[in-house]
Amino acid sequence: MKRLAPYIKPYRKECVIAPLLKCMEALMDLFVPLVMADLVDIGIRGNNPSYIWRVSLILFALALAGLGFSVIAQWFAAKAATGFASGLRRDTFRHIQSLSFQSADKLGTDTLITRLTADINQTQNGINMGLRLLLRSPFIVFGAMIMAFRVDVPSAWIFAVTIPVLAIIVYGIMWITIPLYKKVQQELDQVVKGTRENLTGVRVIRAFRLQEKEKMSFEERTELLSLAAEKVGRFSALTNPLTYVIINLATAYLLYVGAVRVEIGSLTQGQVIALLNYMAQILVELVKLANLIVTLTKAAASAGRVESVLLTETDMKDGARPFPDDSAICFDNVSFTYQGALEPSIKNLSFKAMPGETIGIIGGTGSGKTSLVNLIPRYYDATEGTITIGGEDIRSLKLSDVRSKIATVLQKSLLFRGTIRDNMHYGDQNASDEAIWKALEDAQAADFVREKPEGLSEPVEQGGRNLSGGQRQRLCIARALVRKPEILILDDSTSALDFATDARLRHAIKDLPYKPTTFIVSQRVSSIMYADRILVLDDGRLAGAGTHEELLSSCRIYQEIYDSQVKKGAGRS
Amino acid sequence: MKRTGNEKEIMRKVLRYIRKHLLLVSLSILFAAFVVGLTLYLPILQGRAIDKIVDKGQVDLTGLISILAIICGTTLLTALLQWLQNIINNRITYRVVKTLRDDAFRKIQTLPLSYLDAHPAGDIVSRVIADADQFSDGLLMGFTQLFSGVLTILGTLVFMFSISWQVALLVVVLTPVSLFVAKYIAEHTYKHFRKQSEIRGQQTALIDEMIAGQKVVQAYSQQDAVQERFDAINQDLQKSSLKAVFFSSLTNPVTRFVNALVYAASGTLGAFLVIKGQISVGQLSSVLSYANQYSKPFNEISSVVTELQNAIACAGRLLDLIDLDSEKADPASPAVVESFTGKVDMNGVSFSYLPERPLIQDFNLHVKPGQKIAIVGPTGCGKTTLINLLMRFYDVNQGDILVEDTSIYDMGRDNLRSGFGMVLQDTWIKEASAKENISMGRPGATDQEIIAAAKAAHADEFIRRLPQGYDTILHDSSDLSQGQKQLLCIARVMLSLPPMLILDEATSSIDTRTELLIQQSFDSLTKGRTSFVVAHRLSTIRTADLILVMKDGNIIETGTHETLLQAGGFYSQLYNSQFAES
Repeated sequence: MKRLAPYIKPYRKECVIAPLLKCMEALMDLFVPLVMADLVDIGIRGNNPSYIWRVSLILFALALAGLGFSVIAQWFAAKAATGFASGLRRDTFRHIQSLSFQSADKLGTDTLITRLTADINQTQNGINMGLRLLLRSPFIVFGAMIMAFRVDVPSAWIFAVTIPVLAIIVYGIMWITIPLYKKVQQELDQVVKGTRENLTGVRVIRAFRLQEKEKMSFEERTELLSLAAEKVGRFSALTNPLTYVIINLATAYLLYVGAVRVEIGSLTQGQVIALLNYMAQILVELVKLANLIVTLTKAAASAGRVESVLLTETDMKDGARPFPDDSAICFDNVSFTYQGALEPSIKNLSFKAMPGETIGIIGGTGSGKTSLVNLIPRYYDATEGTITIGGEDIRSLKLSDVRSKIATVLQKSLLFRGTIRDNMHYGDQNASDEAIWKALEDAQAADFVREKPEGLSEPVEQGGRNLSGGQRQRLCIARALVRKPEILILDDSTSALDFATDARLRHAIKDLPYKPTTFIVSQRVSSIMYADRILVLDDGRLAGAGTHEELLSSCRIYQEIYDSQVKKGAGRS
Repeated sequence: MKRTGNEKEIMRKVLRYIRKHLLLVSLSILFAAFVVGLTLYLPILQGRAIDKIVDKGQVDLTGLISILAIICGTTLLTALLQWLQNIINNRITYRVVKTLRDDAFRKIQTLPLSYLDAHPAGDIVSRVIADADQFSDGLLMGFTQLFSGVLTILGTLVFMFSISWQVALLVVVLTPVSLFVAKYIAEHTYKHFRKQSEIRGQQTALIDEMIAGQKVVQAYSQQDAVQERFDAINQDLQKSSLKAVFFSSLTNPVTRFVNALVYAASGTLGAFLVIKGQISVGQLSSVLSYANQYSKPFNEISSVVTELQNAIACAGRLLDLIDLDSEKADPASPAVVESFTGKVDMNGVSFSYLPERPLIQDFNLHVKPGQKIAIVGPTGCGKTTLINLLMRFYDVNQGDILVEDTSIYDMGRDNLRSGFGMVLQDTWIKEASAKENISMGRPGATDQEIIAAAKAAHADEFIRRLPQGYDTILHDSSDLSQGQKQLLCIARVMLSLPPMLILDEATSSIDTRTELLIQQSFDSLTKGRTSFVVAHRLSTIRTADLILVMKDGNIIETGTHETLLQAGGFYSQLYNSQFAES
């Protein structure tokens, strides 16, 4: 839990005051049995009405003081718990955002979301309850024992026996249930997955009429979850009955010993009642403590999971050097293997791209095109070989610099909720509307945006669902152009565009005044044939490099691709 | 999303779920009654025991020991029953939550796509998971303590009145104060919990979106901007959580204070009664522990009530989901199409996603069995809309769609969809083995058939290279390339061999060499099958029997490749621009 400690630190004051005040409140409670013993022995036995009135005043004062202490304590506890959770949530989110693609892939989206929501809530609850009761309950338990010893030492010994026995029971049950709660959490994760999967795949599921099957498999998962939860329940449900038995047997014993002590005149009736009351107080506190332990167990498990996210170090080291003026990119014998993959996706690749050049990348499915371009902005780091920009190893450059000079349009065109303008601001937060329109023009998106009733202020739904695939792709390209990058990477990001639009787009990019080095990954020869250089990939290897004409005469794979598209597809007149 | 009115209505619905466990609920109530009865009897026994211990030389040890024996017996019985009751309550709670989740999931399966397309997945997930969890926590506590609480109150009254009506009366008169305070706090807390729940929903939606889109966020170094938005919501959440947590935690000390007052008053009154000789000291002790126990259930009930408030707020959100309108039910006695030849007619179809933005208007289409229909046009012209209509993901606003001369609105959806095979632009991989992913359309297919389909779709090669071949567990974020995912989706259709095909940019991320091979397989597949192909590749379109050229949601040209080229309209413009690079 070391990693979580800093989040509670700002609330050190609250964390001291809250439990202390709760103990003060508890102290008020501990006085009550003594006052009542005097009520019996002095007030009643002594037939002293004025003493009885005094006792009632004292009881009232104790209650009022208890209330005061408690209310203030609750406020501090709530403040510390919610403040802790808020800070932790903020930094966990920040940390997740800083994770490299590789690390984030490894943890998985669902897990990260549960950690940020349910787990942190659980932790908040744990801290709140912990501050209120963790000190108070043992304080009352031991306080009651000390008070009992002050009343009568021989009778009080039963307290010294009872408390450890109770502790063993409570902790024993805890020890059994912790791993079981983990199991419950795992089953819950499965239910989360099932739900999410069905929301994202709803069209396919309905098209294949899988609703019934999906329901069954979901019900299986909820069944497993339910069984796991019931299993924990069976153990944790033991706590209360067992403590009840122990306390009452101890009370019976106390009555017996008390009777013997009264018989010889070492104890009064009122004191016996006081001892019984202390025993009862212990029971009440132990019930609370047992519940608290359940809450804290859950909270600790959740906190552990949150911590493990925070401890997941991003496997990418930042560099310190500024981005060089010369943005020539050079791959030198680069290989890359995804974590956990058996085979490298890129094998011994070398090439050079001069500033302002357009590089086309073509190749079969799974030939490593995306992997290659992902290495340039350091989404992933090469496993072997070096990549240099302006002669400097990109690993030595400041990552934020590298990312801000490079704009990538990913294969999956993803937009965010907000307006079109908001989405464009992802490219450059300070871009004027004029600059945005220019980028939209270049990305061939201006026409349809202009037709939207609200233009740039047109709302975009999550993932851009209210736009067609082609519109999304063009907006994603515009988003990249808004940034006026030195290096522009289009990763198969025009697949949903018709040929005419695609061609106009390529023209526009070629004519950009700031002349970015452009990488175009595509399946279509037509998209890359006019590039300054074309890299042909085959199974992660460079199968050919050169201009369209050079490759047509020298590269067999390129010829095949060209033939499959142009000869058959065009047949132009 | 519509709101399920007030708490009472939510409670009524929740009770409907609990009613299914009537036997267990009765058992639980029965055990609770015994537990409460026995627990309440204990103070009487202890009071009697105290009266055996009066003063030096006035102790009746034998009488005491027999009372102590009874105390031990009842204690053991109480504990046993209590344990059983807890287990039963656990069972009821987890079963109810399971049923709620299952119902919510069932509802998701029947929700209209218009709803699912318009609502963030994260929000729905948060209802099914987090809200259900919070609800189960609250329900569990509520169940265990609400019954016992009420029974304890009643039982205590009986025992108290049997000892001293004066003290009993005093307690009864003062207790409403405690009730009132608890109710007041609960009411004020509910508001804060609901607010907290809402802000949490917003935050979850943001988290969901940003973590799913993390690669883009990082690609544009927008972490700080996103963090800013997150922080804003996070601060709101902190504020509203602080209120919710603090106000709900007031219940406890305040009711305890009232209880302490009741205790003090009964102690004073009781003491005077003992002096007057109306009750014994033992009875005073019993009645005081009742005064304590009498307020305890209120205490518990009030904390249960706050917990239930929260639980109900969560249940409300979950039930809102469950009670959403499902898509229009299939007709009661649907027309059944036994075998599809592939005849499709669209008569005067009008459709729009939003009423104020008309999309498809008065659209007619007549497809003969076996025809290949290519849908082309500039991006965003409404091509995928046709698919939404054909598959009944969305229903037309006007007009009718007929398959085999039967209106698709007279058929069952499953019947209709069984006639279609579909490969969508957005590939979707289920978290399951490659084998299961392929056999989705035809569960029970043999391994040979699956492999044959994968081979036909040219997916066999890369599947074999996966760590466990066909048994490798795949998921949406697994290392498959977009193209490989599409090959897999094509293999699904290859296996189920439906009479009609819908291919939505099926090959957009597959390299053209592979595409060529797939094309050949598709050609043999589409032979004799009606197919609708949304594609940008002219090579795919050239062999179509009918080409629909769409623009702005309307069909502006129809015809074959040759006739359209000759016509020299929009299509020929599109076509000639294919290599329009200079």
